[in-house]
Amino acid sequence: MPDVIRKDGIHNDDLWTLVSAPVEGESLQLPDGPALLPVTVWNENQDAFAGRNDIGVWFDSHDEPETVAGDLNQLPLIAVNFPKFTDGRGYSIARLLRERHGYTGELRAVGDVLLDQLFYMKRCGFDSYVLRADKDINKADGCLNVFSNAYQAAVDVKEPLFRRRTA
Amino acid sequence: MYVYDEYDRQILTERVAQFRSQTDRALAGELSEEEFLPLRLQNGLYVQRLAPMMRIAVPYGMLRSVQLRRLARITRDYDKGYAHFTTRQNVQLNWPAIEDVPDILAELAEVEMHANQTSGNCIRNTTTDQFAAVQSNELIDPRPYCELIRQWSTYHPEFAFLPRKFKVAVNASDSTDRAAIQVHDIGIEMVRNDAGELGYRVYVGGGLGRTPMVGPVIREFLPELDLLTYLEAVLRVYNRYGRRDNKFKARIKILVKAMTPAGFAEKVEAEWAHIKDSPTRLTREEIDRVKTFFTEPDYQSLENEPSALVSARGESKAFDNWVKRNVDSHKQPGYSIVTLTLKKTGVPPGDVSDKQLEQIADLADQYSFGEVRVTHQQNVVLADVRQDQLFELWKTIVPMDFGTANLNTLTDIICCPGGDYCALANAKSIPIAEAIQREFDDLDYLYDLGDIDLNISGCMNACGHHHVGNIGVLGVDKKGEEFYQVSLGGSSQRDAAIGKILGPSFAREEMPRVVSKIVDVYVERRTEEETFLDTYRRIGIDPFKERVYA
Repeated sequence: MPDVIRKDGIHNDDLWTLVSAPVEGESLQLPDGPALLPVTVWNENQDAFAGRNDIGVWFDSHDEPETVAGDLNQLPLIAVNFPKFTDGRGYSIARLLRERHGYTGELRAVGDVLLDQLFYMKRCGFDSYVLRADKDINKADGCLNVFSNAYQAAVDVKEPLFRRRTA
Repeated sequence: MYVYDEYDRQILTERVAQFRSQTDRALAGELSEEEFLPLRLQNGLYVQRLAPMMRIAVPYGMLRSVQLRRLARITRDYDKGYAHFTTRQNVQLNWPAIEDVPDILAELAEVEMHANQTSGNCIRNTTTDQFAAVQSNELIDPRPYCELIRQWSTYHPEFAFLPRKFKVAVNASDSTDRAAIQVHDIGIEMVRNDAGELGYRVYVGGGLGRTPMVGPVIREFLPELDLLTYLEAVLRVYNRYGRRDNKFKARIKILVKAMTPAGFAEKVEAEWAHIKDSPTRLTREEIDRVKTFFTEPDYQSLENEPSALVSARGESKAFDNWVKRNVDSHKQPGYSIVTLTLKKTGVPPGDVSDKQLEQIADLADQYSFGEVRVTHQQNVVLADVRQDQLFELWKTIVPMDFGTANLNTLTDIICCPGGDYCALANAKSIPIAEAIQREFDDLDYLYDLGDIDLNISGCMNACGHHHVGNIGVLGVDKKGEEFYQVSLGGSSQRDAAIGKILGPSFAREEMPRVVSKIVDVYVERRTEEETFLDTYRRIGIDPFKERVYA
């Protein structure tokens, strides 16, 4: 089970399992313990999972937050996959989930998650990260806080610097 | 010019520290080459044919004399004592060592400079008209708006990993376009609507490179305070839907074309509707605050055409030529705009030595309120020179090699570093520029030809803007040999157009004669008032083709 970085530190007891979309013709196999389902699967089976606190969803970088039917805030966890760290779509997905769809639960970056992108991820609304296994997790905290300020408004700081400068 | 406050300084200091750590980890093997790549690119460092190159940002082309002196010192201490002005108003070092780059960035930060986002798949340095705020036919000074865009785009958390690079340019003159806004990913033209309110006409999806396009207008009028929210909407649509499967189809122009400009505009409007009233919306106070950094210098009350100038022009033909060619009219009576040309034959266009950088700094202090502007034509502008000091200035700069009176003529060539320096190039470009300059060494003939843009790129990435040259030259590789393809009729001005390919390409040694023949056709066919481009547009490409391939 991978270590998860959250605001309050590194957790090594995370039980969530990321479930891939079933191959066509096969049915969905749920693991033991809490499961992150592809958002497409969740969309189609929402009623079956309603009210369960052990079901979350994950977005791949081409999935669109607009397609989600129903209330995201019933989900305890949403993950966004970075298939390659250079694929920047996940940043927009995170902002949309937070700012447009009002998601307030845990938002986790998974996939090709490296140290030097953590600060931008945090700014876009992520609050939990599974760092790629070969990266030094002890350096994550420094990278998450590498800047003490930023020019733009984003999820972490709602007002751009120009509105705070004059305050 | 904008001056940093404690916020700007702190953010930049933290950036330098961040890159130092990244460089250390890269050198220690903790970051793979692939992982380090976008990090170093976004700090201006890219590895080229012979050595790493470092592209230093010059936001919207403005430099203070203290910054020029620092650049000179850096080229001496960390490089081979020269630098190169690029076609996007930036400065490049050709030979820095990778491990020195954090120190160079720290030295730059001390004078409020950096190499932020000068490369990589992110929002690049915003460019504008080098005559901003000193020309008379201008709606408003565009530089405060460029600075607002600079701050918004600096380390934007959502747009650091775009499908491809992204370039924004701003123009505020209704009769000229020195910023070539229609061949940028976003071109912003400052306009007033029928009610007299200030705003922007927004072009999206122009660009050069492999698929050159003139950008369509996607919004006729955007109100002044909505600039940043609208940019954010455009970038978000691009970040989400721009192609990432093929590097050559990843620029926003491909997306705009695929969606159609109307379809793309609709998508942007839908996105913008959600965020137009978000805190990112500009405030009047912020615009006014930034404008306070771009106030007029302390002009004296003077008259145009002082007798000292008139008599000097009468005495010296060479000075008179220079005034005609390299000096432009200024909105303030008694002042002129002077362009120092960095196009002396035999020197790569845009190259300057450390000593020359210091000379330019001295000239700026003595003649132009301590500031200069860099142009995308790879020249340097002293924007506020007293007319009664022009003669003295000219006598000073001629021995410094800044006084070649060829501005906007055939030999004022835009040219990328090409195969001599650049790993991407298919062919050399600098020797072509030099051979053409040698062929056309008669100034009187050049003046008779008038304005002709000749642009040379060493490959289809088009750093030399060959598509928008009235005469464009593109280096191509044919079975390992360097050849040159010629196009005619391009323009980066308000009447922006992509040039048409003349025909099969030429060997290097043929190029000066090819250009001569093209020019001959113009001279024979022009009417009295026609520029090269006018004649081309009237008679078409065939007469040129017949002559060149006869």
